[in-house]
Amino acid sequence: MKTMKFLSTAIFASALIFSCSSDDDSTPEPVLEEEVITTMTITLQPSDGGADVVLQTQDLDGDGPLEPVVTISGDLSENTMYSGSIVLLNETEDPAENITEEIEEEALEHQFFYTIGNGLDAEADYNDADSDGNPIGLDFVLSANSVSSGSITFTLRHEPTKPNMGIEDAGGETDIEATFDIAIQ
Amino acid sequence: MRHYALLVLLFSSITTLSQNCDNTLTGKVTDIHDGQLLIGVTLTIANTEQSVQTGLDGIFTFSNLCNDTYYIQVSHPYCLTKGFKVRVYKNTNKSFKLEHHIEELNQITIEGKAYSNKSKTVLESSINKEELERFSTGTLGNALNSLSGVSSLNTGNGVVKPIINGLHSSRIVIINNGVRMEDQRWGVEHAPNIDINSAGNLTLIKGAAALQYSGDATGGIIIVEAPKMAVKDTVFGKTSISGISNGRGISINSRITKSNLNGWYTSIQGSLKRTGDTEAPNYLLSNTGVFEQNASIKFGFNRFDYGIETYYSVFKNQLGILRASHLNGAQDQVRGISSPIPLIINDFSYNIDAPRQGVTHHLGRVLGYKELGRRGKLSFQYDYQKNNRLEYDIRRGDDRNKASTDLELITHTVQSNFESNRSNTLQIKTGIIGRYQKNYPNPGTGIRRIIPDYTKYDLGAYAMFDTNINESLIMEIGGRFDYTHMNVYKFYRKSFWESRNYDTLLPEIVVEEVGTQILTQPKLNFYNSSATLGATYSFKDNYKLFFNYSLASRAPNPSELFSEGLHHSSARVELGDLRFNSEVGHKFAITLQNNNENFSFSIQPYINTINDFIVIEPVDVQETIRGNFQVWEYRQTNAQLIGVDVDASYPINEKLKLNHQFSLVKGCDRSRDEPLINMPPANFKNEIVYKNSEYNNLLISLQSAYVFRQNEFPNNNFEVYIPQTETNEIVDFSTPPNAYHLLNFNSSIDFKTSNKTALTVGLEISNLLNTSYRNYLSRLRLYADDLGRNFLLTFKLNY
Repeated sequence: MKTMKFLSTAIFASALIFSCSSDDDSTPEPVLEEEVITTMTITLQPSDGGADVVLQTQDLDGDGPLEPVVTISGDLSENTMYSGSIVLLNETEDPAENITEEIEEEALEHQFFYTIGNGLDAEADYNDADSDGNPIGLDFVLSANSVSSGSITFTLRHEPTKPNMGIEDAGGETDIEATFDIAIQ
Repeated sequence: MRHYALLVLLFSSITTLSQNCDNTLTGKVTDIHDGQLLIGVTLTIANTEQSVQTGLDGIFTFSNLCNDTYYIQVSHPYCLTKGFKVRVYKNTNKSFKLEHHIEELNQITIEGKAYSNKSKTVLESSINKEELERFSTGTLGNALNSLSGVSSLNTGNGVVKPIINGLHSSRIVIINNGVRMEDQRWGVEHAPNIDINSAGNLTLIKGAAALQYSGDATGGIIIVEAPKMAVKDTVFGKTSISGISNGRGISINSRITKSNLNGWYTSIQGSLKRTGDTEAPNYLLSNTGVFEQNASIKFGFNRFDYGIETYYSVFKNQLGILRASHLNGAQDQVRGISSPIPLIINDFSYNIDAPRQGVTHHLGRVLGYKELGRRGKLSFQYDYQKNNRLEYDIRRGDDRNKASTDLELITHTVQSNFESNRSNTLQIKTGIIGRYQKNYPNPGTGIRRIIPDYTKYDLGAYAMFDTNINESLIMEIGGRFDYTHMNVYKFYRKSFWESRNYDTLLPEIVVEEVGTQILTQPKLNFYNSSATLGATYSFKDNYKLFFNYSLASRAPNPSELFSEGLHHSSARVELGDLRFNSEVGHKFAITLQNNNENFSFSIQPYINTINDFIVIEPVDVQETIRGNFQVWEYRQTNAQLIGVDVDASYPINEKLKLNHQFSLVKGCDRSRDEPLINMPPANFKNEIVYKNSEYNNLLISLQSAYVFRQNEFPNNNFEVYIPQTETNEIVDFSTPPNAYHLLNFNSSIDFKTSNKTALTVGLEISNLLNTSYRNYLSRLRLYADDLGRNFLLTFKLNY
C-alpha cells in the first residue's frame, strides 16, 4: 500500500512540477508571411502620351475570408498601343515588400499569361525575356483595337513548362489569377 | 511493516479457507509449427517444485491445485525454458505450444498467445511476428490492412493511415511498447511514426474497450509490442535484406538479442529503407521516393516477480509527395483532375524533392514492475516522446529550401498500473496517469502556424473488473475519467476573428493586436468519461459469443480547434472552431466466434453512434488572388457507423487452407441525413494457402482482393469559372473511383544453413496482373493511378 501511495504522490507531484514550470513562457512572436502576394498592379501606359490606365487587385488578408478588391482606373482608348508593366507587392509587411524582384530573379520558373475574353478586341504580346529567351510577362504590349468590352485575365504560373505554346500546355501552379472587366472606348 | 505482515496473513488465511484445492491442470504441449506432440517436456510450478513431464501422448497433468494463479516453467531439451502465469479455476485445461525450430526467439505461447489479452469481451485481432515479417518493407498501416475491418487512408505508398471500422486519425490510439504515440496524427496525410520492424506483435481492438490504454479511442486501439525476451543464456539475431522492384529500392533490417539466465537482456534493432519513384502500370509517379532510418534498443531484466525494462527508439523518415498532386486553386484542380495522366511526369529518380515530409520521432520508456505476492502486480512507467514534423512545399525566393511547417511536439507521461490477483474469480486492473505536452511551431518558416503553440496537461484514472461468473461466462466492467487542460497561444487573422464574431463572443482571450493579426490565449478544459461493459459466453466447445458496449469520449484535437487558413496539401481552406466540446461515442459490438479445427469463423457486427462527431465539410468557395479555394469548415454533428466484419478459415487438408474476409461499413451524418466522407468501400479478400512443413516450410499463397465502388458519399463537388476558356467547370473531389480487383502472390521457403542458422527466402508479388486502379481512400486518386506490380524478394537469416 505504501508503494501505491508513494507512486500516486510521485505522479501528481510531477504533474504539478510540469504545470508550474510552464506558466512563465513568454508569448510567441507573430509570423509575417513573406511569400504572400497581396497586390498586383498593372500599369498600362498609352504610347500617345495620355493618362495611364491602372488595373489593381488587392487581397490584404491573403487566404483569409476577405475577397480581393479589384479596381480599374478607367477605360482603354481605341486603336491605342499600351506598354504594360506588372508590379507585385506583399502589403502584409511594412513597408510593403516588392515581390516583382523575386519573380525577376526566378524568371526561368515563372511566366505570366494574358487571356483576352470574347468580346474584347485587344491583343497582348510579351515584351521581356528570361535568360533562355523565353517570355516572363512582367512587361508586355497591349493593343486596344476597336470599341468593345470584355475581360482580360492575368495568370502567373510557377514552374510552368518553358517554352510553351500558351497557358493550355504550360502546366505549373497558379500563383496569381485575376480577371478585369474592361472596355475600349 | 507489522501491518503489512498482518494484512498478508489475513488475506492468505481468508483465501486458504475458501480454497478448494483438488483441481487438476491438464493439457498437451505441441510444436507451434506443425502441431507435433512434444514428449518429455518438464513443467514445474514455481515455489512448490511440483513437477511433471509430458508422456508419450504429449499430455501432462498436475493435480491438487487450488483456484489460483500459478507460475509454471515449461522446459524441453530443444526449446527455451520460460515461465508463464496460468489461472486455475476448477479443473482447467491449458495447452502449451513450444517453438521447436531455430527461430528468432523460440517463443513459447499459451494457446497461441504470447501476449496477454487486452480486453476480455472484445475479440482481438493480432498479427504475430512471422506475419509481421512479411510487411518488413512496408508500413504499420500495410500490416494492419491485412486484418478484417481495417483499411487505410493513403497519401502515396509512404503515408498509410489505418482506418478501423470507418474511423481514423485522432479516433485511433496507438500504443507503442506501452507508450501512447503522440506523433501529430491530426491530418489525413500524417501516418503513424512507427517502424514495423521494431514490433514483435500487433494487436487490434476495434473500439474503446481497453480502457487501461485510453478512454478516447472511438475508433479503436492498436497495440504494438516489441518481441518478448527469454530467460536463458543465449545470443541470437536476424538480418533480412529485401529488394523492391517498384521504386527500385532496398530495405535492410537487423536485430540482435542477448539474454541471460539471470534475467538480463539486451536487444538492438535497426532498419533502413530507400526507394525511388514508384510506378503505376502506365507511368512513373514522380517524387514518391522514401528514405527511412530507424533504430531501437531494449534492455532490462525480468524475473517472475520483478523487473525493469528500458526501451528507446528513433524513427526518421523522409518521403516525397507525388509532384503532380501539388496544385493551387480550383482552376488548377480542374486541370489536375480532368487529366487522364498526372500533370507532371519526370524521369525516374531517387531524389526526394518538395512537396515532401520529414519526420523524426524519439520514444523512450522506463518500466518497472513488481509482483506483490498474492495481492497483484504493480508497475510504474515514465515515457518521453519528441516528434518533429517538417513539411516542405514548393516555394519561392529565399524561402525555397525552408520548411513550410516545422512542428515540435514533446510529451512526458508518468503512469502507475496495478493488477490484482487477490481473488480467483475477480480480476482488477487499475491505474493513474499524468501527461504533459508542449507543442512548439517554429515561426521561422515564414508561414503562419498550422497548429498553435500550446501546453496540455492530462490526468486520468481507470479501473476495470473482470470476473468468471461460471466456467463459460466472463463479465467485464470498467470506467475511466480523463481531465485535459490546454493553454494555447494562437494568432488569428483579424478578418477571420471578426467574420466569426469572436470579437464580441470571446473578447476576454485577446492578448494583443499585432498588425493584421490578433494574439489570443484560449484556456480550454475537457472532462471526459469513458466506460465499458461486456460479457463473453463460451458454448459448445468451440463457440464464443462476445458482447461489448463501450463509451468513449474524445477531446477535439488542435487541428479541429485551431485550423484557420489554407492547408496546402489538400488545396483547401480549413477552419476549426475553438468552442468545440468532446465527442462521445457509444459502440455496441457482438462477435460470434467458432474456433474449430475444421472450420473457424468470426462474425462481428457493430453499431457506433457518436454524438458531437467532428466532421469537416465544404461550406463555401473563397476567392483569393491565387484563384478560388474551397472552404472546409469543421462542424459537430451526430454520426452513426454500422458495419460487419467477417473472417472465415477452412482447411481443405493438412497442407491447403482457404481464408476469407469481408468488411462492410456504412457511415451516416444523422443531422444532415447524408453519408460520411471517406468511408471504406465494402471489400472481399479470399486466399488460398499451401504450406508444407515437411518440405522446408514451403509456403505458397494467392490472394484475391476485391474492393467495391463506394456508392455512398457526400457530394462536395462545386463549379468554378475558368476565365481562360470562359466556361464553368465542375471540380470533382467527390466521385469515388470504380471497383477493382487485385491478385497478390506470396511464397517462402526455409533452409537450414548450419546447426544454428537458417535462411528464409521469400518472394512476394503484389498487384500480380499490373492492374490500373484508383483507391477511394487515397488522397492522390484525383491525380494518378495507384501502384502497379511490385516484386519483393527477401532473404532472411536467423542466427
